[in-house]
Amino acid sequence: MWVDTAFFYFFALMTLAGGVLTVTRRSAVHSAISLILSLIGVAGLFLLQKAEFLFAVQIVLYVGGIMVLFLFVIMLVNLDQAARERQFNRQWWLALACVAAVGAEVAYVLYRGAGAFRLGAPAAPVSKMGNTEMVADVLFKQYLLPFEVASVLLLAAVIGSVVMAKKRI
Amino acid sequence: MLHPITTTHYLALSAALLLIGTMGVLARRNIVIILMSIELILNAVNINLIAFSNHLRNVNGQVFAIFVITAAVAEAAVGLGILIALFRNKETLQADEIDLLKW
Repeated sequence: MWVDTAFFYFFALMTLAGGVLTVTRRSAVHSAISLILSLIGVAGLFLLQKAEFLFAVQIVLYVGGIMVLFLFVIMLVNLDQAARERQFNRQWWLALACVAAVGAEVAYVLYRGAGAFRLGAPAAPVSKMGNTEMVADVLFKQYLLPFEVASVLLLAAVIGSVVMAKKRI
Repeated sequence: MLHPITTTHYLALSAALLLIGTMGVLARRNIVIILMSIELILNAVNINLIAFSNHLRNVNGQVFAIFVITAAVAEAAVGLGILIALFRNKETLQADEIDLLKW
């Protein structure tokens, strides 16, 4: 299907361009908006991979929740001074060397490992259930305990962020 | 002629996004943008999980992606709370100027 291929390259370009702009922009607001572009690209890739529930979660939670939180914090703190200073620290060349080394390793593994991992044709679909139904079925049966632990984690995060951001307890 | 998209394409994309995020974490000075780069890294992980979930027709990968998103939400909330507390005390958000524990 050439439509799938075209959409994959469109969303991949959107994701990578958004990521690069996020890391390189001077202004934090521009970075946040580039990150939103990148997250929407990732959401499109989820849709291409038949993960419709996660597509909705990505849009609602990441773009609608986390990024609004980021923009609020950018508004609360004063970043005018920071935008005028150097954007990268002095060890950026070392970071670039490390990233290039890891990138070379990953590229080698992907190039040579496609056979070793047996990344052949995808398996046949097993059930006729919809995506959300399948996710719910597994999440609330097999992963019920981790699900409850995640709720405790979120409670701890709520309390922690309130304690951290409060001026005096 | 366009080639069909395989799981390896998604893995390569995920690796590229991971490297971009790592570069942001290692090289940027602004802590807000370091936190955004961590979000990029977590999204790279999610692309990987979803690609294998689709490849193996196994929905466990998507459930794991939901847990990753939960952890990302918790991390962003606490991280931004710490950031506000830090800005109130130090009046700066440059990662290399916050060196209270540095000898």
